[in-house]
Amino acid sequence: MRLKTLNDVDYLISKPKIGAAGKTGLWRQFKPVVDEKACKLCKVCILYCPENVIEIVNDQLKIDYEYCKGCGICSNVCISNAIKMVEERE
Amino acid sequence: MGQKKLLTGNHAIAEAVKIAKPDVIAAYPITPQTPIVEKLAEMTENGELDAEFVRVESEYAALSVILGAISAGARGFTATSSQGLLYMYEVCWWVAGSRLPMVMAIATRAIGAPWNIHGDHNDIIVLRDTGWIIGMVENAQEAFDMTLQAFKISEEVSLPFAVGLDGFQLTHTAEVVEIRDYELPKRKLLPHTIEPSSKFALNAVTSGIPKLKARHEQAKDLEKAKEIIKEVDKEFPVSYGGLVEEYKLEDADYIVVMMGGWCGDAKDAIDLLRKEGIQIGMLRLRFLRPFPTKEIEKLDGNILVVDRSNSDYRGVLGLEVSAIKNGIKNVITGFGGMELDTQDFVKIFKKFVNNEIKDVEWWYGSAER
Repeated sequence: MRLKTLNDVDYLISKPKIGAAGKTGLWRQFKPVVDEKACKLCKVCILYCPENVIEIVNDQLKIDYEYCKGCGICSNVCISNAIKMVEERE
Repeated sequence: MGQKKLLTGNHAIAEAVKIAKPDVIAAYPITPQTPIVEKLAEMTENGELDAEFVRVESEYAALSVILGAISAGARGFTATSSQGLLYMYEVCWWVAGSRLPMVMAIATRAIGAPWNIHGDHNDIIVLRDTGWIIGMVENAQEAFDMTLQAFKISEEVSLPFAVGLDGFQLTHTAEVVEIRDYELPKRKLLPHTIEPSSKFALNAVTSGIPKLKARHEQAKDLEKAKEIIKEVDKEFPVSYGGLVEEYKLEDADYIVVMMGGWCGDAKDAIDLLRKEGIQIGMLRLRFLRPFPTKEIEKLDGNILVVDRSNSDYRGVLGLEVSAIKNGIKNVITGFGGMELDTQDFVKIFKKFVNNEIKDVEWWYGSAER
């Protein structure tokens, strides 16, 4: 076979890396803010987040604002209305 | 010797595909290709062939399904013709560019407009720049043989392989075909085969140099395919001569260059002219890609290229051959199912020998223009 290792097709593949496109959080116009009292930790937002920036730390929802683009999907799918989109100032 | 069966060109291809045991077949019906996938559907239905047969809504989807399957390491097959090939054209580039092996049969047919479902070569030639290996067969036996070989060659160089056979003249004509005793090993996985554990994405965004490199590597491996085609041809039960078949060429002053089903009729015409003492022979192109450059360079004599497709005023093979040889003559004819028999070729070849053929001549035979 002509193609033996991944190096032979390095132009065809990409490997996962954090922040390959820079700090994409800077793109955000609206910021998802979590109401801890309303959040039931159902994890639906984690399932739907296209950027994979939501996780649970110490029984609390944590959003990585360095890379959250502010698409608002988490707020939209939240069944407890616990995520509000707040306009970014500065 | 294998078992002999009476098969149309289409069914010969289906029989060869059965031996190759593809994991996935996806196809959309189009004349004159349909009997290939009808036969394969029948084989999968009655258990003769253990393959996933995916019924899709278009040719674009057919090749896209195969693209996904072969990315994951499956052996894939599809077949199409004419408008169907045009509809899946974008995916043809994706398959070749992703350096993935597969086989597609193309029952060659005219392209509209004006509407026509009959044979010529204007469809298959659109694959020229995609990076596919493109073969053209002369009869049902060669359709069977090339299809089997195609899987091996394609998998060796990681480039897709199109087996062309003339619509109706070959696809719907029954001939005695020997089912070869030929074993195909299982498809080997490629370094970029996608598995659940793979830690990479296929087909990254490239810019500039990596793109140039991708096309360069593809072109280099298409060149390498020439050697592999010759090796596989030699180890096969019957050898056709590799990229080309030479017919009465050793002492020929006049050389005809052609491809496809009508070469059989043209060979009969050559035999008749030989009886009259005319030293004429044929170089039959079995492959359009990779193009048999060296075999054409070696030719010593007056060359006539007979084409069943055109690009602006010239024939496509005429253009390809004239990039290697000066002073060739080019006849363009046989479009849209127009039939040429042995006597037509006798007329064309006699005119050529008498130096009465124009540099480029559109041949209407005895029909009214």
